[in-house]
Amino acid sequence: MMKKFFGILLALAMVLSLAACGGSGGDKTANDNPPASTDAPANNNAPADAPSGSASGTFKLGGVGPLTGDAAIYGNAAMNGAKIAVDEINALGSGVTFEFQAEDDVADGETSVNAYNTLMDWGMQVLVGPVTTGAAIAVSAEIYNDRVFALTPSASSTDVISGKDNMFQVCFTDPNQGVGSADYISQNMSGAKVGIIYRNDDAYSQGIRDTFVAEAGKVGLEIVSEGTFTKDTQSDFSVQLTDAKSKGADLIFLPTYYQPNAVILNQAKGMGYAPTFFGVDGMDGILTMENFDTSLAEGVMLLTPFSADAADERTKSFVAKYNELHGETPNQFAADGYDAVYIIYAALQAAGCTGDMSAEEICEAIVAVMPTISVDGLTGQGMTWAETGEVSKAPMAVVIKDGVYVTP
Amino acid sequence: MKKLKSLKTTTKVDFATYFGVIAAFIVVSLLKSGGFLNRSLTGMLVPICCYIVMAVSLNLTVGILGELSLGHAGFMSVGAFSGVIAAMSLQSAIPSGWVRLVVAIAAGAAFAALAGFIVGVPVLRLRGDYLAIVTLAFGEIIKELINCLLVGVDEKGLHMAFNISGTLTIDDLGMGPGGTAIIKGAQGATGTEKLASFGAGFILVMLTLVIVLNLVRSRTGRAVMAIRDNRIAAESIGVNVTKYKMIAFITSAALAGAAGALYGLNYSSLAASKFDFNTSILVLVYVVLGGLGNIWGSIIAAAVLYILPEALRQFSDYRMLVYAIVLILVMLATNNPTIKTFLGWKSKGKEAA
Repeated sequence: MMKKFFGILLALAMVLSLAACGGSGGDKTANDNPPASTDAPANNNAPADAPSGSASGTFKLGGVGPLTGDAAIYGNAAMNGAKIAVDEINALGSGVTFEFQAEDDVADGETSVNAYNTLMDWGMQVLVGPVTTGAAIAVSAEIYNDRVFALTPSASSTDVISGKDNMFQVCFTDPNQGVGSADYISQNMSGAKVGIIYRNDDAYSQGIRDTFVAEAGKVGLEIVSEGTFTKDTQSDFSVQLTDAKSKGADLIFLPTYYQPNAVILNQAKGMGYAPTFFGVDGMDGILTMENFDTSLAEGVMLLTPFSADAADERTKSFVAKYNELHGETPNQFAADGYDAVYIIYAALQAAGCTGDMSAEEICEAIVAVMPTISVDGLTGQGMTWAETGEVSKAPMAVVIKDGVYVTP
Repeated sequence: MKKLKSLKTTTKVDFATYFGVIAAFIVVSLLKSGGFLNRSLTGMLVPICCYIVMAVSLNLTVGILGELSLGHAGFMSVGAFSGVIAAMSLQSAIPSGWVRLVVAIAAGAAFAALAGFIVGVPVLRLRGDYLAIVTLAFGEIIKELINCLLVGVDEKGLHMAFNISGTLTIDDLGMGPGGTAIIKGAQGATGTEKLASFGAGFILVMLTLVIVLNLVRSRTGRAVMAIRDNRIAAESIGVNVTKYKMIAFITSAALAGAAGALYGLNYSSLAASKFDFNTSILVLVYVVLGGLGNIWGSIIAAAVLYILPEALRQFSDYRMLVYAIVLILVMLATNNPTIKTFLGWKSKGKEAA
């Protein structure tokens, strides 16, 4: 009996030691950025006479987002975008270099906290992420206690930033998206009869729907039909669409992610119902979805801060780089991730941080300068932040025409 | 003589289990205070405790009672949300975090037991696999119900609304200006104060072990196992089948609720969709891999299988693929007679089956 018990104990000890090895092994292999810490001395020497108020040294940036699972397209896009920005900044030779490591959280709060802890073991100084709302709320409590600065590219709920002075957002908050959509519709499509289809077990979808409905009441927008679905029922929308059609809705507002939206578009076409579909940033990504007939998305409108065919030089170069590396047109999440790294770069510069500062010191320094800086990014010109962590930038409505976003 | 010897063996196993858990707690605490434990493992300690309690309590239903339950996460969900409501609403009344944690765990266990009672009364009278079907449905129903639940607290007390039509928001609760929202429907509980700690998790695990092991080794436990092995024979000697099934099932549900409350108070955000069918199956995997009816097996399986996906992070995108392969290999290995003999499990073959 005792023999067996010792056997188990030994086995457990082995597994634990393997786990420990796994952790340290991952640190070395997963770091896929060539300019590792060996470059740091060279960079430290170069800008030795840099003016005060500018940063220097190597900073460890961690990324948390869903790299696998249902929401993988967001996490991968944001992390790929962030990597491009990291490579660009490293190539600048400004004295600041970044090491970047992304960890998977499957868009789940529990896994996200685990991913964050893994990154802290790696020595992360600033966090880019988490990408999705639920995960970001769970991690935001941890970063607040640990005093680590975090900038989420795309977690849009106000719960993510509320009460935490060191959590900032690149994207609009949900209330802003709901209010922005309602305002846009009432100004540009007056007299529209609006139907809403939203997912009522999802913080993001429910949050936007709530603020949209509240704002619609204020601006006099008529909502004729509301249909709900859940994670388990997002494969069939005939009931919701029939309801909207029978009540004469000529505009369907979809504050949902692109996967259910693809099914909705397909089924609406199947039943010969052609209202205007209006999405928010979750709609972004539909054109790059596998096996999706992009002709279905023709005429779909969405509120997004980023359009891949904008004419400015930076967007063009970003889109070209992204295309070259990942073989697809970047979506808004990629641009959010890209901007997040540049915002951190600007904040580090403004606060004059150095690479040997601890995560807590960097956090306090950046939090102090965040409300004072203004950053021009792909997702907005002159982005500024309130002390609450909320970003201020102008939303932009685009319409899908011939498989690309164009401004209507 | 033979009986006496086998009794002694089970007692030895029980004490070895207690001893092992206490030893593991002391070792981990020492490592933690010495700074030898990395953050990743430190962060996993509380969820590991929760899943150990989940696995041990499910083992009571599946391994000891012999009824398949596919909705154990549903009880965890009931416990988690009632625990969060209790802890958040008593924030001003009870300033001590520890006391509130205990109250929350007790509330979680009580409400989960109530849910277990409601599910158990009709179903446990039936023969066959009905419990599996009903608990599966129960898990889904609980998820939908909590998605409709709006709860807030202000100085006047708790405010609750049931959002069947899907059109209510937290503002419809009519709370005073100082009110805080606790559960916001689909968005779940956000902004929960983190009360759970590894020490609390350890105490809960020990409590669970004391309850489950004493139940199993008692007269009640023997009756429960008699029902599992042969229901007709048990009935014929006068065992009240439904009563003993209910005792085991409700205990299992209450412990799952306590685990849920601890889990809910470890994260600042909690959504009902977390406790879906996959979570139930995950816990069932811990139980099956640890061995049906084998309590220490469940503890080790839960701890190892929880750490495994995190330890496999170096495989990045192939993480869960590797996890699945490891699961299959462990299954094959634990059923391999050569390895069993090697580890001295051969003699346990009868009990494991």
